[in-house]
Amino acid sequence: MLGKTAGGLYWMFRFLERSENTARLIEAGFRIALTRSSDTSSDWKSVVTTAGVRRGYDAIHDDYTAENVVDYLLRDTTNPSSVMAATESARTNARMVRTALTTEVWEAVNESWMAMKKALAAPVRETELPAVLGAVRRHSALVRGALHGTMLRNDIYDFAQIGTALERADNTARIIDVKYYTLLPSASFVGSPLDNVQWETVLRSVSAHRSFRWLGEGEMTSSGIASFLILDTRFPRSLYFASSLIEENLAYLAKDYGTRMTCHDLIDAQLAALRRHTIKSIFDEGLHEFISTFIRANNAIGAQIEQDYRFNG
Amino acid sequence: MLSAPDGARAPYRAYKDWFSNQNPSRLKKKAKEAEAFFRRTGITFNVYGQEAAQERLIPFDLIPRIISNREWTKLSRGIEQRVRAINMFLHDIYHRQEISRAGIIPIDLIAQNAAFLPQMMGLSPPGNVYTHIVGTDIVRTGEDDFYVLEDNARTPSGVSYMLENRETMLQMFPELFSQNRVKPVSDYPKNLRRSLAECAPHQCSDSCTVAILTPGIHNSAYFEHSFLADQMGVELVEGHDLRVVDGHIAMRTTQGYRRIDVLYRRVDDDYLDPLNFRPDSMLGVPGIMDVYRAGNITIANAPGTGIADDKAIYSYIPDIIQFYTGEKAILKNVETYRCAEPDTLKFVLENLADLVVKEVHGSGGYGMLVGPAASRQELADFADKLRARPSNYIAQPTLSLSTVPIFAKKGLAPRHVDLRPFVLVSPKGIEITPGGLTRVALQEGSLVVNSSQGGGTKDTWVLED
Repeated sequence: MLGKTAGGLYWMFRFLERSENTARLIEAGFRIALTRSSDTSSDWKSVVTTAGVRRGYDAIHDDYTAENVVDYLLRDTTNPSSVMAATESARTNARMVRTALTTEVWEAVNESWMAMKKALAAPVRETELPAVLGAVRRHSALVRGALHGTMLRNDIYDFAQIGTALERADNTARIIDVKYYTLLPSASFVGSPLDNVQWETVLRSVSAHRSFRWLGEGEMTSSGIASFLILDTRFPRSLYFASSLIEENLAYLAKDYGTRMTCHDLIDAQLAALRRHTIKSIFDEGLHEFISTFIRANNAIGAQIEQDYRFNG
Repeated sequence: MLSAPDGARAPYRAYKDWFSNQNPSRLKKKAKEAEAFFRRTGITFNVYGQEAAQERLIPFDLIPRIISNREWTKLSRGIEQRVRAINMFLHDIYHRQEISRAGIIPIDLIAQNAAFLPQMMGLSPPGNVYTHIVGTDIVRTGEDDFYVLEDNARTPSGVSYMLENRETMLQMFPELFSQNRVKPVSDYPKNLRRSLAECAPHQCSDSCTVAILTPGIHNSAYFEHSFLADQMGVELVEGHDLRVVDGHIAMRTTQGYRRIDVLYRRVDDDYLDPLNFRPDSMLGVPGIMDVYRAGNITIANAPGTGIADDKAIYSYIPDIIQFYTGEKAILKNVETYRCAEPDTLKFVLENLADLVVKEVHGSGGYGMLVGPAASRQELADFADKLRARPSNYIAQPTLSLSTVPIFAKKGLAPRHVDLRPFVLVSPKGIEITPGGLTRVALQEGSLVVNSSQGGGTKDTWVLED
């Protein structure tokens, strides 16, 4: 496979994952706004921060109104993480690697782009927002379904999975990082309505509110939620799960190509660090420090993969 | 489709029976379906300089253009003769230039030609093939009466539309293909791959690596590049994926550099090698011409083939065929006035309203004048251009092109068409896919079929006897 193709697949799936994550963040923010009567600008501000686009947003807007934040995250193509921009980037990469995709996957990506172009041509009114966000998630699921259902399990699939998992790990880690203070035991008043809303938001923004309840650990304690998001081995958006997915697919590549690269050492170290920890030791060490270290290491793994598999030369 | 006295032309009879039993609203629905299918699969082309409408569809007309086997046989013999002669001509002008020594083509017309590449002098491409892929543009003026408009010997495009149009017709109207015996076109990608492999520098028919070089996703024909790569099962590379490794061209893969034997390039000569041609080109491969000279890569089509489809050379093609094959040209040339010659220029200026004037190096229907359709002001403006640079232009009479029906809003309507059959050349022979791409001028009376100028396409059938 061409290095460029591997890179195109990796980025295509990072951007697909990103568009879905951004949509989910908007959804979570929108929910708070609905369930609250008081001023919500600090919640919308935190949504912008979580999306990692504070700088770009502040350059254009002075305040954090629902209207501005939603528009910036959904439609603004100067924001590379907006749903429209990420969908467009995903499709551009898909066009570049089209020879590596099945017709089903290509058509799913292309249709998603066409649908978004239409749905996001004009600012989205509040009454239409749930439908539009639902469409984002549905299209994302269609692409994923086409990938799983029609692609050979070869290196093409591996790079697609690695891109998805890296973006996902980064996204979950950033959400924890922005909200970490609400998860700190010292800052929490267990059972107080305010914190329940905050945690609910965190869980919703990674589509975990239901699975968390299913697992029967229904009590929303700070350590319960943090442990679930970081260390759970069953939740597909936990840091551990996403990192295992990277490790697993890198291992397939090593087997397929017959060579271990530097990125394999990095992901092994990342997983070993997660295994070494309990949620108690993470809080003891400092949640914020732990998450910062994780994000840095995750980025380094991405950069190393780019280099090891010659995405750019 | 209709010839005046006796109804439908013979090859259309079965189709016409079918058509008259169709419900027009069902056909309209089918036409919409076809468009949705093209959008969804991304069969689009990019139009330069149009930011908003970056990707456009080429309108597809659902009425096939039908050619009888008898007409096709003559046509394909004529095309083969032409392509054979063009390859001999190219070899000659880059070697001994016998044709100029014999006084048939003025040497200046070759040596001073912008499409002539001095870097190709004395160089013989692998298998001695210059034009691996040709798309000869043909118009029909009447029964068995064909003219060649252009020889497209550089990088003809449109073959993906030929294939997708057929695919679309098969999906929409499967019954038509059981009622009519239509020669298949779907082998083209496989044949292209084989034909290119036969031109490889070394004997490597099975293990030989072919790749397609594209300028990238912003190129107007990118869809076709990726489509062909996909169908042929070869890699689609860009200049920055390639470099010279141990005297060969190699592509950067996830496991290091891998050698390429044949490069089907969809990048113009000028951009092919910044070390040998345009130094600012980012699209090509630095040093590829040196590898080529050493005989270690096949470039398809060979650099410098553009001179054979130059519009000034075009007027000499009947002489070229005569000179190299000793045969009379089977297909006719459109009479061509070389405006560089003063008397001819005078004639062209006097008869501008009846002529079609084209730029010598132009393509895509840009920069041309269709006299009968032009306003007085347009004629006057063009006359000024002609006087300023006569050698930049040729003129041709307007032909009374035959028409075929399209499915228009108000039912069937006649429109002018041309035909681009696709020709593959290897040392083992010349093959032509039956049919080709039919382009149709969708506006009433228009003679311009180029997709960049609002033309559409049709499926093209060659019937078995």
